[in-house]
Amino acid sequence: MKYALLIFPKPGSHEALAEDQYESVNAEYWALREDSRCLGGAHLQPGDTATTVRYGGRENLIIDGPYADTKEVLGGYYVLDASNLDEALEFAQRVPAVRLGGAVEVRPLVEVPVETAH
Amino acid sequence: MDLAEEAAQEAFAIAAERWPRDGSPQHPVAWLVATGRNRAIDLVRRERTLQHKTRLLKADQPVASVDELDLDDSTIPDERLELIFTCCHPALAVEAQVALTLRALGGLTTEEIARAFLVSEETMKRRLSRAKAKIKLTAIPFGVPADRLLPDRLAAVLAVVYLIFNQGYPGRGDLAAEAIRLGRLLAELMADEPEVHGLLALMLLHDSRREARVVDGQLVPLAEQDRSHHDQAKVEAGHAALAQALALRPAAGPYVLQAAIASLQAEEEIDWDEVAVLYEQLERLTGSPVVALNRAVAVAEAGEPERALELVDSLHLGDYRYLHSTRAELLRRLGRREEARAAFERALGLAATEPERRFLARRLATL
Repeated sequence: MKYALLIFPKPGSHEALAEDQYESVNAEYWALREDSRCLGGAHLQPGDTATTVRYGGRENLIIDGPYADTKEVLGGYYVLDASNLDEALEFAQRVPAVRLGGAVEVRPLVEVPVETAH
Repeated sequence: MDLAEEAAQEAFAIAAERWPRDGSPQHPVAWLVATGRNRAIDLVRRERTLQHKTRLLKADQPVASVDELDLDDSTIPDERLELIFTCCHPALAVEAQVALTLRALGGLTTEEIARAFLVSEETMKRRLSRAKAKIKLTAIPFGVPADRLLPDRLAAVLAVVYLIFNQGYPGRGDLAAEAIRLGRLLAELMADEPEVHGLLALMLLHDSRREARVVDGQLVPLAEQDRSHHDQAKVEAGHAALAQALALRPAAGPYVLQAAIASLQAEEEIDWDEVAVLYEQLERLTGSPVVALNRAVAVAEAGEPERALELVDSLHLGDYRYLHSTRAELLRRLGRREEARAAFERALGLAATEPERRFLARRLATL
């Protein structure tokens, strides 16, 4: 089963780290990325770089800022191939954002049948 | 669900039922009982809707696996433990955990569960199917968790069983009987886990007082109960389960401690020093100020009201009304009338029910 681990860091928590701490936290993120079960992932630029496109009737709207109007925005994600939810939750608990006051949302991916996957 | 808070509340209830209903001068916190009585009435009312509708499962009745909940296929009894861990997975909402457990292991129908939790059958059906869909779609494992996960996951299972017990305790007892049956099942399947025996002991000791505890819909505090109505078989089974728990490991968990307190409080002569020591251990485990307040009351009952007051004054419980009423009573006992008056007035301002208010007003008038 594949899971997306959506990382919502506590705003400012990573930026507040001293340089050496930041380095070691960053290394933790990379170590998780290098886990053989980890199929991919990305670290997103801050929410204030986001631009949102949404339906606006006659023409679509292009709006400055992230989609959700909340303080906590998606900071990055992993895609994990785990044998079950417990395994995914264990992995999620090792994401540094959790320890730093943020959260990780674990969502299974819709399984795509092999013949239609490209 | 917050196990510590639940444990604290129950510990509080245990202590509360010790004090007589209407506050003779030597007893500090009688109003606790009035509150407990209200809760009991509430639960009795709820239980009436359940009544005989709940049917009990024989231990050997086949159980349904999660996928087969709506079918009547029999599955292998050996999988009951795996099943309960799946039903009580923390990724499911607590009410879904309870409903799934009752459905899969308690053998209750969806309609019966809906009645027990005062929701429509449709709502319960949706709750169950949403939970089953989540189990399937997110691959919640079917199995006993690995050792490193077991303590937390077992705590979740025990919390669900205890929740079922408390839902049924003061009333008709069908749900309580279900919970005890589940507790026995766990004690059989996880015989080396002291907390499993602790929970079973706690439930049996409480349940032994069922007949004596609620008379005409009113909660009767332990001190006033007709002990001949206590179920001796359950008392003995409770003591046996507690002994089993204590034999397994010296460091007692929250259920073992609460069972030990319940066991002491069932004695004719209560060893309050010992009760205070157990509350102290429970406080250390749960970090709950409510447990700490119970401990202070036990310390006062053991004959040390000054120390009890020191303990109470060190608690950060804000406007928790029992803090102030306990404090007031301790001051009254210590003859510090003016301070007692102020504390009673504060407690009176916080009182939530009419019996509490009447009790506190009477107290205040005697100062």
